[in-house]
Amino acid sequence: MTRFVVRRLAQMLVVLFAVSVLTFLIFNVIPNGDPAVRMAGKTPTESQVEAIRADWGFDDSLPVQYVTTMEKVLGGSAISYFSQLNVRDQIVEGLPRTLSLAVGAAVLWMLAGVALGLLAALRAGRLSDRLLTVLALVGVSLPVFWLGALASYYLGFKAGWFPNGGYVPLTEDPLDWAHHLVLPWTVLAILFIGFYSRVLRSNVLDTMSEDYVRTARAKGLSERQVLLRHVLRNSLIPIVTLWGLDFGAVVAGGAILTETVFDLQGVGQYAAEAVGQLDVPPVLAVTMFGAFFIVVLSTVVDIVYAILDPRIRLT
Amino acid sequence: MALAFGALFVALVLCALAAPLWADLAGRGPEATNVTGKIEVDGRQVDVVSLDGTPIGPQWRSEYFLGADANGRDVMVRLLYGARNSLLIGIAAALLTTILATLVGLLAGYLGRWVDAVARSALDVIWAFPVILLGVALATALAVGGLQIGPFTLEAGSTAISIAVIAVVYVPYMARPIRGEVLALREKEFVEAARAQGAGPLRTMLSELLPNLSSTIVVFAPLMVANAILLEAALSFLGVGVVPPAPSWGNMIDAGVERLVTAPHLAIVPGAMLVATVLALNVLGDGVRDAFDPRSRASWGARRP
Repeated sequence: MTRFVVRRLAQMLVVLFAVSVLTFLIFNVIPNGDPAVRMAGKTPTESQVEAIRADWGFDDSLPVQYVTTMEKVLGGSAISYFSQLNVRDQIVEGLPRTLSLAVGAAVLWMLAGVALGLLAALRAGRLSDRLLTVLALVGVSLPVFWLGALASYYLGFKAGWFPNGGYVPLTEDPLDWAHHLVLPWTVLAILFIGFYSRVLRSNVLDTMSEDYVRTARAKGLSERQVLLRHVLRNSLIPIVTLWGLDFGAVVAGGAILTETVFDLQGVGQYAAEAVGQLDVPPVLAVTMFGAFFIVVLSTVVDIVYAILDPRIRLT
Repeated sequence: MALAFGALFVALVLCALAAPLWADLAGRGPEATNVTGKIEVDGRQVDVVSLDGTPIGPQWRSEYFLGADANGRDVMVRLLYGARNSLLIGIAAALLTTILATLVGLLAGYLGRWVDAVARSALDVIWAFPVILLGVALATALAVGGLQIGPFTLEAGSTAISIAVIAVVYVPYMARPIRGEVLALREKEFVEAARAQGAGPLRTMLSELLPNLSSTIVVFAPLMVANAILLEAALSFLGVGVVPPAPSWGNMIDAGVERLVTAPHLAIVPGAMLVATVLALNVLGDGVRDAFDPRSRASWGARRP
């Protein structure tokens, strides 16, 4: 077990290094033109560009540039040249907002996806199954920024049922916090519900034809017990892995569009606004921290799995 | 059902191709502004854009069929030209993804050893980035200077940049299953037979393995186009896709969202077109998968922006 954990952690460090190198290449090496001009944003002055060039060491060799970039981004001294604000401080400030969105949406899409997937599997081939298929297809075809903007305007601003965007900290007023987040949670969850219900449906149908399910039925267990304890439990395993990864992606900046249309001011919106100004340092930092988070999370998931299921350690 | 939606997609493509015809009929191009102009409605002269900045709504005739936007441009004409940009970028990006992913999958799966090791780690690293974030990062980085690939220069702000960015982002999602398929095919007798007859690696890959990958590729294609169109819309919405005043559905929605209060059609119409296109492709893809390869791992909705 210890060997597996050590090997997996070593692997993680290698991937983290590779991710940081790729991020560095994307922003500072691959594009045409002067990286200092790119860093400076939309309307740079000559002196700004020179200051940035000296600060980020763009005249040094590439390995030295890489080290300087990492020192600035990881050490927390990188600033946005548009707002002059410290990038790491802004990310830390946005984190609780992004987490609030991600946790609520993830719970919602998991519950709804499992419920609808199970329903579709039990009614396989009938009208309600087909209806759910159509709904799932519509759900995954909706662009989140469009749906979110319309929901925020019609259900929030016009009908007045929900606040028109914005965020209230959980510690300040839990009810108001949830009230502000109901729409963003729902809109973000719709993206995933269709997909999760499809995956669960086919998993359940596969599991139903397994021998142990027949055995359970033959033992005289009630249909309900067979479904919940034998079929559902085994059908959930692949979904839970998927869930961990999707949750990670949402926290790591995947909710950039949802946050923006609902004005949640989380990490994603911070990146989106920087994108609009072509303000590179925040985009660079969010991209790298986002990928770091996903790499660390998937390592943790792997290790937890190995503890729960010793067979995995062999591979 | 899949066929009907496939036909819908073809119809949308034809509409986009016919955009200049409609522009002729409407009497103005996609970027022609008309802030101070007037048109005749029920015998009266009405401002195309009123003094408080509210554009005129749908007229249901050739001129301003779907109304005007805040700059007095014809929404219907922009919608059709926007369809050209969105569909062109989506289809070209999906095509490029398919080519790159097939190449990587074939080489990694067939040659194995260090080629496979390098390809797999590269794909793993790209995989670590959320799709939308990687797309945004690349598009932002390339928005100022553009990109130089050998002798080819992709200008900043050109459609070529969007195509390249979107294509690269989706490569791992297609290359992985193709590599898996190649690994399985490599052990089959017919590949061994070809090698025993003296076929080299190149010949084996092209004439033995590639034809057997075609069903996987066909199953993936519509889903890849759907995902690429959605990502293009997202990038344009954020301001790093198609550069205004050139229209795309994404930047039309972006401009429309700011005017939901006075002119909701500006955001609703391009969004509805986007949904119709992506839905058509997803239903088509679902049908194609059931027909070709019911157990395939291709699935709509996975890893979308």
